[in-house]
Amino acid sequence: MPEITCREALNQAIREEMERDPAVFILGEDVGLYEGSFKVTRGLLAKFGDKRVVDTPIAEAGIVGLACGAAMAGLRPIAELMTVNFAIVAMDQIMNSAAVARYMFGGQCSVPLVIRAPGGAGHQLGAQHSHTLDALFMHCPGLRVVIPSIPADAKGLLKSAIRSDDPVMFLEHEGLYATKGEVPDGEYTIPLGVADVKRQGKDVTLLAVSRMVYVCLEAAELLARDGIEAEVVDLRALNPIDMPTVLASVRKTHRAVTVEESWLTGGWGGELVARIVAAAFDDLDAPVLRVGGADVPMPYNKALEKAAIPDVAQVVARVREIL
Amino acid sequence: MKGKKERTLLEPRELLAMYRDMVRIREFEEACPKLYSQGKMGGFLHLYSGQEAVGVGVAHAMHQEDYMIAAYREHGLILAKGTPPDVVMAELFGKATGVSKGKGGSMHMFDAERRFMGGYGIVGGHLPLAVGIGFAILYRESDEVVVCLFGDGATNQGVFHEAMNMAALYQVPVVFVCENNGYGIGTSVARASAVEQLYKKSCAYETPGVKVDGMDVLAVYETVRQAVQRAREGGGPTYVEAITYRFRGHSISDPGTYRSEQEKKIWQERDPIPNFAERLIAEGRASREQLDQIDAEEKQRIEAAIRFAEESPEPAAEELWTDVYAKF
Ligand SMILES: Cc1ncc(C[n+]2csc(CCOP(=O)(O)OP(=O)(O)O)c2C)c(N)n1
Repeated sequence: MPEITCREALNQAIREEMERDPAVFILGEDVGLYEGSFKVTRGLLAKFGDKRVVDTPIAEAGIVGLACGAAMAGLRPIAELMTVNFAIVAMDQIMNSAAVARYMFGGQCSVPLVIRAPGGAGHQLGAQHSHTLDALFMHCPGLRVVIPSIPADAKGLLKSAIRSDDPVMFLEHEGLYATKGEVPDGEYTIPLGVADVKRQGKDVTLLAVSRMVYVCLEAAELLARDGIEAEVVDLRALNPIDMPTVLASVRKTHRAVTVEESWLTGGWGGELVARIVAAAFDDLDAPVLRVGGADVPMPYNKALEKAAIPDVAQVVARVREIL
Repeated sequence: MKGKKERTLLEPRELLAMYRDMVRIREFEEACPKLYSQGKMGGFLHLYSGQEAVGVGVAHAMHQEDYMIAAYREHGLILAKGTPPDVVMAELFGKATGVSKGKGGSMHMFDAERRFMGGYGIVGGHLPLAVGIGFAILYRESDEVVVCLFGDGATNQGVFHEAMNMAALYQVPVVFVCENNGYGIGTSVARASAVEQLYKKSCAYETPGVKVDGMDVLAVYETVRQAVQRAREGGGPTYVEAITYRFRGHSISDPGTYRSEQEKKIWQERDPIPNFAERLIAEGRASREQLDQIDAEEKQRIEAAIRFAEESPEPAAEELWTDVYAKF
């Protein structure tokens, strides 16, 4: 299998889906001529032309609203937002239009829309450009929330997202675009809402998405040196959450720690704890603990920013608390 | 003065101060890429080189107690407002002595004392804040003015229109200054805006829209001075479009290859600093020696700012948790 970056995997997914289905088009700020601020859309304008690769003004509410309308009228738009913080500018269109339309209109319309947005901290971009807002979107019924970590997942999940008849928030991590991994040759998709066990273990379950999967894998390596085998579950989607996989792992290990990049308060970890406790209380040998980012707006200073994001040491420390 | 076009003859002292401010900004900005590549700074770095005549013309047209608010390309603007380069540089270094205590960085500078009300990273997001500051001025029945600077790209955001409408509706003392540098990252104005003459965008709100040469500091000064005066006298908002150019890419990571060499050259020839220098000399307002001396002094000033930033302490680890909420 060829090794490619997440960036290339996403590019392949978009390219293949645009080839397969003429209703698929991509729109966003600088996606065409400039080939995307993270270069995910490289080569697409040249291949598909400006009818299907549409440069837009800096107008997120307009972009998402337009895409939502186009989706309701039968197209399959992929709206790229430069940074997930800008999705907040479009939040009205996301939550009050895209997510609710099918339900609100009694099932008469579909919104087959993908909103791709990079996010995540680690580049000293400050409080208006580096947040991880996964939990915000997960809170809203009707919206699927999909978050890949490795290139192979990025490709397979994005293809499924594009084919999905529901609006999908597809959250990418800026720190992972250059990460390489093996991607299968040929056509494949990964169903939305199915988790993946990235490392087998028997002593504790680590639950994560996106860049935190790598943090958990590193933590697992460290723990392994002391004979502690951590299982790392990559949720890959926060709506729907693959509870069968989560519970199967917890029933095997009897301990769990959730690891999320963003604010702990109101984060998805709390939701998972509640679900695990409700479904598998008797299987637990310890309380389910959480690791998360500091509850502060992201600081610019490098050391402070680092302190605001969960790291391997924190994950290891939490695991030791319950072992 | 109504009806009559008022011509303000500036004192040589003021003219030299304008020249000095522009040179200071240029020296500051041109020092940054090297420091950035040395890892002294992080994050985005949107430089202002080329646009100095706008910021300096605007700043000289307002009083010290008037408010300024800006987007993320604001190093030059906060310097024009009078903030010492030391604390601006220290902010870029993320140091505790920085204007935002190292928590804001390049895009989020704030100087309460000098009424620089912040740099903001969400395109268009600060326009309604400017209206709110203007609202507070009316509310307190004082006579300050707010000048709000933003790029051409911001005029395509919905929030631009909300802000323009409310500013006109409540007749707030705001001067909107659009710095039209031709591009929003890699997209030219013509490819992003249905209306290319951006000053016309205010007509839907019956707000005067004026276009000015943003490479001419005196032209900017005069236009904004009139708008500020109008606002101060209760005449409501004005919308100014300053035509300018950024000499560098959008940010430090953008090589700017979407612009032709020829286009860049045409604008380089319109560089606001040497052109202003020549004009001052030609009109007998300053000598070459005077200007050379200012150049040398400002170079040293920025070197001192870099030293200050280098020698400043990092924020303490506890700073992660301060200022999330007010103390009580
Ligand atoms: C709401 C929002 N969308 C997108 C961006 C990403 N972005 C940062 S700067 C920029 C271009 C802005 O251009 P303009 O307003 O003309 O200002 P200039 O950079 O030319 O000074 C874009 C698209 C952003 N910061 N905020």
